[in-house]
Amino acid sequence: MDDPKKGMTLIVKTITRLTVGLILLFGIYIVSHGHVSPGGGFAGGVIISLSFIHIMLAFGEEAAFKKVNQGIASLFESFGAILFITIAAIGMGSGYFFLNFLRKGEPFKLFSSGLIPLYNIAISFKVASGLFMIVILLMLLKIPKKGEKQ
Amino acid sequence: MTQNLLPLFIIIPLAAAFLNSLIGKRIKGFPDVVSAVATFALAFISVYSVFLLKESGTLVYKVGGWAPPIGISMVMDGLTVFMLVTLNLIAFLISMYSVNYMEKYTDKWIFYSLFLLVIGGMNGVVISGDMFNMYVFLEIAAIASYALVAFGTEQEELEAAFKYAVMGTVASSFILLGIVFLYSFTSTLNMADMAMQLTGKGASGIVRLAGVFFLMGFGLKSALVPFHAWLPDAHPSAPAPISAMLSGILIKSLGVYAIIRIFFSVLGASAGILNMLMILGGLSMIMGVCLALGQWDFKRLLAYHSISQIGYVVLGIGLGTPLGILGGLFHLFNHSLFKSLLFLNSGAVEYATGTRDLRKMGGLKGKMPVTANTSLVASMSIAGIPPFNGFWSKLIIIVACIQSYHFIYAALAVIGSILTLSSFMKVQRYGFFGESKGKANVKEVPFFMKLSMILLALVCLSAGLLLLPLFYDYFLKPASDAVLAGRGYLVDVLGAI
Amino acid sequence: MSVYFLCLVLFCIGLYCILRKRNLIKIIIGIAIVEYAVNLFFILVGYRMNGRVPIYSPDQTIRDMVDPLPQALVLTSIVIGLAVTALIAAIAMRVYEKYGTFDITKIKKLKG
Repeated sequence: MDDPKKGMTLIVKTITRLTVGLILLFGIYIVSHGHVSPGGGFAGGVIISLSFIHIMLAFGEEAAFKKVNQGIASLFESFGAILFITIAAIGMGSGYFFLNFLRKGEPFKLFSSGLIPLYNIAISFKVASGLFMIVILLMLLKIPKKGEKQ
Repeated sequence: MTQNLLPLFIIIPLAAAFLNSLIGKRIKGFPDVVSAVATFALAFISVYSVFLLKESGTLVYKVGGWAPPIGISMVMDGLTVFMLVTLNLIAFLISMYSVNYMEKYTDKWIFYSLFLLVIGGMNGVVISGDMFNMYVFLEIAAIASYALVAFGTEQEELEAAFKYAVMGTVASSFILLGIVFLYSFTSTLNMADMAMQLTGKGASGIVRLAGVFFLMGFGLKSALVPFHAWLPDAHPSAPAPISAMLSGILIKSLGVYAIIRIFFSVLGASAGILNMLMILGGLSMIMGVCLALGQWDFKRLLAYHSISQIGYVVLGIGLGTPLGILGGLFHLFNHSLFKSLLFLNSGAVEYATGTRDLRKMGGLKGKMPVTANTSLVASMSIAGIPPFNGFWSKLIIIVACIQSYHFIYAALAVIGSILTLSSFMKVQRYGFFGESKGKANVKEVPFFMKLSMILLALVCLSAGLLLLPLFYDYFLKPASDAVLAGRGYLVDVLGAI
Repeated sequence: MSVYFLCLVLFCIGLYCILRKRNLIKIIIGIAIVEYAVNLFFILVGYRMNGRVPIYSPDQTIRDMVDPLPQALVLTSIVIGLAVTALIAAIAMRVYEKYGTFDITKIKKLKG
C-alpha cells in the first residue's frame, strides 16, 4: 500500500489512513439506523462506497483493487439485488408481496420495524458496490460493456 | 391464492436478470437456459391469466398488504392482460432466437440481464396501478434499453444510443412533471383514486397542462411523428433481437399503453385529446411510410415502418368509437407480431450474409428458404393482404373511420397501406427474389432462430382467428371494454379491492 | 408563486442547454439541470409555510409537517437520475474514444 510513487502525497495518505475506517463505520451506522433516523440503505451505501473510492484516490488503483476488485463488486451488486427480491418474495408466503411479516417491536429501538433494516442492508450492498463500479468503470473504462443500473 | 400471480410478472424477470449477472458469467450456457425458462414461465402465466380474468373480473393486488389509496397497488384488467400476453409471448420467442444469434457477441450474460430487466420494466409499467411506480418501471425499461442500443459499441451504435438516451431522458422529465402537476392537484398517486378525485373536482387548467406534458413524454416514447427522430437511429443499431423487442413491444408498452391508460382511464378522454391523438396518428402513418420508401438499409426501413404502423394504432384508438378502439388494439397486437418477425428476419439475413443493404442481397429465396418464406408472410401481413392478420385490423380501423365520418383519415389509411405494400414489394424483390449478388456460400441460420421465426409466422397467419366469437370474448373484448369504460376503471378497481 | 416560476426558468435553461450546445458533456449537464428543476419543483409542491421536518420522533407530535411523500419520491428520482447520468457519461466517453471529438456536429454517421 505504501508505494511512494503511486497515488497522492504523504500527507493525504496519512490522513486517509486515519479517516477511512471512520468513514466506513459511519456508513455502516447510517445503514443500520436507517429505520429510526434519516438515512438508510441508499445514503449509507453511498458513504460506504466513498470510503473505498477514498482509498483509490489516495493510494492509486492497485491498492484499492487489493481490497475490492471489479469481480467482487459485481458479485456484491447482484447479491444485494437478489437478497432484496428474495426478502420481498418471502412476504408472499404469508400473504402479500413486500409484506412486513416480522414483529415490529418498539418504535425508536435498533431492533424494530420488522423487515425494513434487512431491506436497508440489501440496498446498501447494491448501492455501495454499484457506485464503486460506476466510478472505477468511468475512471478506467477497460472492460468493453457497461451495464450499470440501480 | 390466485392473486399472487400478479407480482410474479415482476419478480420472475428481475430475479432472473440478477441471477444471470450473479452466476451467468461463470457457467457457460446458463444465461440461455435461465432466460428461456423465465420468459416461457411469463408467457405461460400471462396466457393463464386470460382465463383467470374471464372467471374473476378485474384483480387488484395490494403490495405489502396496504390498501390502495395508501399503498402501491397492482391492477389486472382486460387491457393489462392483453398487453401482458403480447409482451411475454414476443419476449419468449425473442429470447429463443437470441440463443443462436447472440453467439457472435461476447458477454452474453450482460445481454440477457439487460433484456430481462427491460421485460421486467415493461411488465411493471403495464401491471402497475400507481402513477409513480409506473414511472419508476418505465425508467428501468428505458435505461436498460439505452444500454442495449449501445451494446455493439461501434460508432453508429454509440451515436444512436446517445441520441436515444438524451431524448428519452427529456421525455421522462416531462412525464415526471406531468405526474407532479397531477399530484399537486389531487394529492394522490393511485390511478383509480386520482380518477375519482378528478371526477369530483371537474376540469381544470392544471389537468390540461399535465395532459400536454404526458402527450409530449409518452409521444416521444412511442415515436409519434413530431417526436420520432430517435427511432430510425436507435432501433436499427441494436442487435436484431433487441430491435425486434424495441420495435415490437417496447414502444407499445411504454408509449401507447401508457397513453391509453392515462388519457382514457385517469384523465378521461375529452374530444380535444381524441382529436389530437388522431392528428398525431394520421401524421405518423403517412410520414413514416413516406420516409421508409427511400430507404435501402433493411433495418432502417423497418424502423420507419414502425412509426407508420404506430400511427395506425393511435389513429384507431383516437377515434374513440368501440370499433376504432378494437381495431387499434388488434393492430397493436398484430404489429408486435409481424414487426418482430421482420426484424428477426433482418437479423437472420445479417447473420448469414453480413449485410443489411438491400442492394447487396438478392436470391436468398433458394438459399435461406425458412427466412425467405417467413419474411414473405410478415411482409404480406404488414401490407394488409387478405388472409393475414394485418388485413383484418387495418380493415377494422378503416371501417371505423368511415363509420364515424372521418373520410380523410380513412383515405390516408388506405394510401398508407398501399405505400407500405410497395415498400415491401421492394424488400421482397431486391432481398429475396432476383439474382444472387453477395457471397456464394450463404447458409440457412441455426435451429433456434428458424424455430422462433416459424412460430411467429404461424401466429401471424392464425391471429385473424382472434376475431371469431370463441376467442374474441376472451382476449380482445375485455381489452377494448376496459379502454371504452374510460373512468369506469375506478369503479372496476375500487370494486375489486 | 415566484419559486415555481424560478423552477420553470431553471427547466428552460436546461432545455436550452440540451438543444443549443454542441458539446456532449454540456448536453449531459443540461440533462442534469432539467432533472434537478423537476425534482426541485416536486419538493416545493409538498412544502408548506413554517412546516416542520417530516420525521417522526419520540418527543414530537405529528403536526404541521411538510408533505413527506414528494421527498421520498424525489429520492427515487435522484437515484434514477444518477443511473442515467452515469450511463450517458459512459456512452459519451466511448463516443470520444471512437470519434476523437465531443462535438456533435462532427458526430454524424447516421443519416437518412
